[in-house]
Amino acid sequence: MRTSDLLRAAAANTVRSKLRTTLTALALVVGAFTLTLTTALGAGVTDYVTRQVDSLGAQDVLVITAAPPTAAAGGDPVAYDPETSTPAAASANPLGGGSAALTDARLEQLEGIDGLAVVEPVTTAALDYVGVGAARYLVSIDPTSSIGRADLLAGAQLERDAAELQLVLPVGYVQALGLGDPAAAVGTVVDLGLTDVLGQPREVRARLVGLTNPSLLGGGAGANAALADELATVQAAGVDAPARYAAATARFDPDDAGALAAVKEEVAGLGMTAQTVEDQLGLLTTVISGITGVLSAFAVVALVAAAFGIVNTLLMSVQERTREIGLMKALGMSNGRVFGLFSLEAGFIGLLGGVVGVLAAVAVGTALSAALSAGPLADLGGLDVLLFRPGTAVAIVVLIMGVALLAGTLPARRAARQTPISALRYE
Amino acid sequence: MKTSPAAQGPPLLRARSLSRWYGSGADRFHALTDVSLDIHRGESVAVVGKSGSGKSTLMHLLALLDAPDQGSLLLEGADVATLDRRRLDAARNQRFGFVFQQFFLNPAQSVLENVVLPLTIAGVARPERHRRGMAVLEQLGMADKARNRATALSGGQKQRVVIARALVGEPDLIFADEPTGNLDSATGTVVEDELFALHRERGITLVVVTHDEDLAARCRRQVHVHDGRIVSDRLGDAA
Ligand SMILES: Nc1ncnc2c1ncn2[C@@H]1O[C@H](COP(=O)(O)OP(=O)(O)OP(=O)(O)O)[C@@H](O)[C@H]1O
Ligand SMILES: [Mg+2]
Repeated sequence: MRTSDLLRAAAANTVRSKLRTTLTALALVVGAFTLTLTTALGAGVTDYVTRQVDSLGAQDVLVITAAPPTAAAGGDPVAYDPETSTPAAASANPLGGGSAALTDARLEQLEGIDGLAVVEPVTTAALDYVGVGAARYLVSIDPTSSIGRADLLAGAQLERDAAELQLVLPVGYVQALGLGDPAAAVGTVVDLGLTDVLGQPREVRARLVGLTNPSLLGGGAGANAALADELATVQAAGVDAPARYAAATARFDPDDAGALAAVKEEVAGLGMTAQTVEDQLGLLTTVISGITGVLSAFAVVALVAAAFGIVNTLLMSVQERTREIGLMKALGMSNGRVFGLFSLEAGFIGLLGGVVGVLAAVAVGTALSAALSAGPLADLGGLDVLLFRPGTAVAIVVLIMGVALLAGTLPARRAARQTPISALRYE
Repeated sequence: MKTSPAAQGPPLLRARSLSRWYGSGADRFHALTDVSLDIHRGESVAVVGKSGSGKSTLMHLLALLDAPDQGSLLLEGADVATLDRRRLDAARNQRFGFVFQQFFLNPAQSVLENVVLPLTIAGVARPERHRRGMAVLEQLGMADKARNRATALSGGQKQRVVIARALVGEPDLIFADEPTGNLDSATGTVVEDELFALHRERGITLVVVTHDEDLAARCRRQVHVHDGRIVSDRLGDAA
C-alpha cells in the first residue's frame, strides 16, 4: 500500500466516526491549549524580565554592595566584627534587601581582587525634581542606570562614555512635563534640581535622550556616567566629606563561571556581596518558572489522560473493524502496513487535537493579553503577558502527535497481530 | 477450454497430508486430518460436505490464510512453510482472488474503492486503480453503481461487487466460500453463471466451497469432505 493511500485511509477512518474522534481529540485539545498558554505565559514574563535585567546592567557587570549582616549565608545571624562589618541601611533596590554603604577603602580592597576589573563606585545624588520651565516633578535616579540598558519606548540608550550630560526618563514624565508625544520629547533639555550639602538649591541641565517603558523593577530615571558624576560633584559643593557609595560596579569575565564563583567568594570574604544582574533577579525568575512549571504540569496531566483516551478509542476501533482488518490482511496487506494505518490514525487524532488546541489558545490568549494590557497591567508598558512563538506552537503540536502516536502503538500492534481467519470467522 | 491437468508442470497447489486441529490435550479437535490433494491450473474444483466438516478450514489452508499443524503445502512446487511472510502476502494479493462466505464490504467506502482494495494494497497508483476497477465493474454490469456506498446495494449486486474485487487483480485462482450461500436461488444462479463464465473465458482456476449439490455439479471435479477427511475425489462432467 502506498504511503499516500495509507495517509488518506487513516484520515478517512478518523473522520468516519466524527463524534468519537472529537471526544478523543478533546482531551488533547485541553492539553495543547493549557500547554500553549503556560509556555506563552512563561515566554512573555521571561521576555519582560530579560529586558528588565538588561535595564539593570550589562551581563559582565558585578554589582557590589556592603553585605548586610542578616543577608549572609542562609540567613544565619552574623557576629559583629569591627574589621569588616558595616552599618546596615535601607536600600532603594526592592530586590536587594537592606544594604550598607561602601567607602573608598573598601573600593581599594576590591581593586586588589584578581578577576575584577574597572571597579567604579556608583555615585548617587538625591534629586529634588526634574523640570521643564515651571513644571517640576519628583524624580529619583537608578544607581546602576549608567551601566544598564534601558527598556526604551523612544529615543536612544545612554552613551556610557559621552561627555554630554544625558538622561532617560520613564515615559510617564512626558505628559507631566508638557513635552507632547514621546518621540518629540526626545532631545529636550531638562533641569534637574537638587540641594547641595550646604543647603543651597542647585540646578543641572541634561539632555533627555530616551524614554523608558514603565517598569516592574525600577521606575526611576537613568543618568549616564558624566551626569551622575556632575550631580555628585554639584551636591558635594566642594566640601571634602568622606565619600560613601551605595554600591560599586566591576567587570568580570562572563564566560568563566568558575572564576566568577571564586571572585564572589573572595568578595564575600571581605564582608561584601557581589551579584550579577541575574543573581539580583534570581528569586523572581525562580518564582516565575515555578509557577509556569506547575501550570505546565497540569497540561501534562491532561495529556496523559488524553493518551489513555486514545488507547481506549483505538482499541474499540480495532475491535469494531476486526473484519475490515482481517479482509485487508487476507488480501495481502502486510502487518507493518496495518500497524502503520492505526498508528497514523492515532497521529491524525493528535494532529487534530494539537492544532485545534494551539489555535484556540492563541485566540483566547491574544484576547486575554489585550484585555490585561488595557486593564490591570496597563501600568507595565512593554509587558505582553502571553508571548506566542511559532516555534513553540509547532513544538507543542509535534509533542502532542508524539503522545498520540505512542498511545496508538498498543492498539496498532493488536491490529497488526490479528490473523486473517480469526477475523474472517468473527461474527 | 479443456486441458489435461497432467500435461502441465507442477500443480498450482499440492497439499500433502494436511492436518489442522484446534485446542490441545483431551479437548483437541481435529478439524482436518491427513488431507492430500492437487489443484491444477484451469481446473474447477468443488469442495463439498456437511456443515462443520472442515471445508472452510481446508480452503483457508489452500489459500495461505492459515498454516497446517501437520503436513505441507506446495505452491507451484515450492514449500509454503519456507516462504517468508512477504511472499505469502504477495501471492494472496496478486495470484489469488477471494469470495468469502460473507461480503466483507467496507460500508464507509464507495463500490469502486471496495473493488480496487487489492490494487490499493498492492500499491497501484490511483488513476490506474480506477481505470482497472471501472473496467471490471463494466464487465459485471455494475459501472453505474461505482460511486454508490457499498451498503446501498441488493444482495446480488453486493456479491457481484465482491466478485469484481476478486477479479480486479487478474488472479490465477479464485477461492469462493459459499458464493451463493447468502443469495436467493435466482440471484445465486446469476452469480454462478458469472463465475463459470470467467473460468471458461479466462482459464481462471476455481476452488468453490459449497454444500449446494447443484453448484458442485457445475464444477469439473468434486472433492467430498467428511469429518475432516477427504472421502471421495472424482472428476465429473461439468456443465
Ligand atoms: N477457531 C476454531 N476453534 C475451534 N474449533 C474450530 C475453529 N474453527 C473451526 N473450528 C471447528 O472446525 C470444524 C470445521 O470448521 P469449518 O469452518 O471448516 O467447517 P465448514 O465445513 O466450513 O462448515 P460450514 O459449511 O458451516 O461453513 C467445525 O467443527 C468448527 O467448529
Ligand atoms: Mg465454512
